[in-house]
Amino acid sequence: MTISSENIDLHAVKSALKKEQNKILFRQIMTNGSLVVGFVIIAFLMLVALFGPLLIAHDPNTMDVLNRFAAPSADHWFGTDNLGRDVLVRVIYGARISMGIGVAVAIIASMAGLIVGIYSSYYKWLDHLLMRISDGIMAFPGLLLALALMAALGGRASNVVIAVSIVATPYIARVVRSEALALKEQTFVEATRALGASDTRIIWRHIAPNTLSSLIVQATFIFAEAIIVEAALSFLGAGIPPPAPSWGNILSDGKTYIYKAWWMTFFPGMTITLAIIGLNLFGDGLRDLLDPHSSKATK
Amino acid sequence: MKTYLFKRLLAAIPVLFIVSTIVFFILQLTPGDPALVILGQEATVDEVEDLRQQLKLDRPIYEQYFNWLFNALKGDLGESYFMNESVIEAILSHLGPTISLGILAEIIAITLALPLGILAARRKGSVTDQSVMAFSLLGMSIPNFLLSLFLILVFSVSWRLLPVAGYAPLSDGLWEHIKFLILPAFALGTAHAALIARMTRSAMLEVLNANYIKTARAKGVKEKWVIYKHALRNAFLPILTVIGQSFLGLMGGTAIVETIFAIPGIGQLIVNGVMRRDYAIVQGAVLYVTFAFVFINLAVDMLYGIVNPQVRLDSKK
Repeated sequence: MTISSENIDLHAVKSALKKEQNKILFRQIMTNGSLVVGFVIIAFLMLVALFGPLLIAHDPNTMDVLNRFAAPSADHWFGTDNLGRDVLVRVIYGARISMGIGVAVAIIASMAGLIVGIYSSYYKWLDHLLMRISDGIMAFPGLLLALALMAALGGRASNVVIAVSIVATPYIARVVRSEALALKEQTFVEATRALGASDTRIIWRHIAPNTLSSLIVQATFIFAEAIIVEAALSFLGAGIPPPAPSWGNILSDGKTYIYKAWWMTFFPGMTITLAIIGLNLFGDGLRDLLDPHSSKATK
Repeated sequence: MKTYLFKRLLAAIPVLFIVSTIVFFILQLTPGDPALVILGQEATVDEVEDLRQQLKLDRPIYEQYFNWLFNALKGDLGESYFMNESVIEAILSHLGPTISLGILAEIIAITLALPLGILAARRKGSVTDQSVMAFSLLGMSIPNFLLSLFLILVFSVSWRLLPVAGYAPLSDGLWEHIKFLILPAFALGTAHAALIARMTRSAMLEVLNANYIKTARAKGVKEKWVIYKHALRNAFLPILTVIGQSFLGLMGGTAIVETIFAIPGIGQLIVNGVMRRDYAIVQGAVLYVTFAFVFINLAVDMLYGIVNPQVRLDSKK
């Protein structure tokens, strides 16, 4: 009897502790202004990207030649462009393309960066090779490398993802590697090795999960960078081919008519800026939450 | 010091080698034949073939690569397919605008960032501090090509104060020269100002709590001296690193801003080279950018020793 009542107590204590921890975490999240504001902005843009196009009746490429260069009004909140297409509709459809590319790059670069970073921290010979290659990639402005890759691959959304992922991978790999190098020397890893665990098991079961928090923080910044590079590539005419309404393409049209129709530049530009601010805030907040040491100096 | 310099320059060789190799093979993968681009669609097959032979584009890739590499080692980066000049001449003629733009942007960034960062650190938590941090977030979040467009909208289209695009060399007079560079330099400098301001603030915050600052204040040293002579000097290392990095970005990352403002600099040279399949130009310009990267990094490290004599470059790193 006594044993079972002790068990019950232990369970109660455990669940109370868990509740308390969750409460503390919740409070930490809610008092973290950047995290909340960033999350709200990103969630809003994600919802727009996912459901916006479903709610709009007309196509982003529908032309209305009689209504060219219409200034913002109740009918066209963001105005219309040189072909009479509604800028707001195009920006909403563009959210799907541009945010989609951002998410895809963040996921692919994170996975590639995790693999490269973790293996180069573990095997010295591989480290020299992989880190010199990433030095090479990082020694060169990202946009120009992406531009050269796009010229080689051809203008398509999937190729933008590939090009930007190649540029972004070393940045993730660096972060993972430095984290993993420190973890490798920790006692728990040594203990696991002494127990006879294989390299693969140590790497993936014990080191990799502990690098995740820095990786996720870095991935949000890569997400932002991917949106910027996509916009820049499309702006230069090397990204997604028009008339697909990516944010970069809309801006590129806007530049041509900057004298005539400021709204063609202003609204898509503000949308991109909002997305980047949201991601930067979210990333900063996440870093404070997950990785308090690195942000101590700036607090 | 000399051994340190020598070691660093030696370490640059593999980086230069890897970058040029990567870029060479990316360009080889690029569809589109420079010979066809030069001659246009009306050219006959024989004409294209002749030109390909002349440009040695018909050789196997590895042969082309080693040819380029050996020539590059001799200081010959080849001829541009389109511009009727050697790659080195093309780079030199495009270097001026990029350097002018880079320096002006850096001046704007530093003059904005240092005072703001110091002010924010001194009044930590105040409205001033929060405004500086908000400005810095905004500055870091607006991509430079967007800011370029916004600046054009306001200063060129609405107020008609400054030219939309173009470039005048320094020989046309200082104002003429700077007039065209103000907007692009602001567009480039703002993001760097944001970063430098953040770093200045956090570096100053760390230093301002140090005991020697308290001692200096207790001794009655004037606040201005405490900030500029005692604190800033010790906080300057991380700030210098960020300034160095931002200058690096300016030397190579100006491509899109140069394109928007039609400034004939290195960035535009590379963008046009990629678009026109002018392999030799892209190769050469990439090599230059990488070299500039390595060189500026080295210069920043040398400056550490001057700013803070505690840093000894010769000691084991």
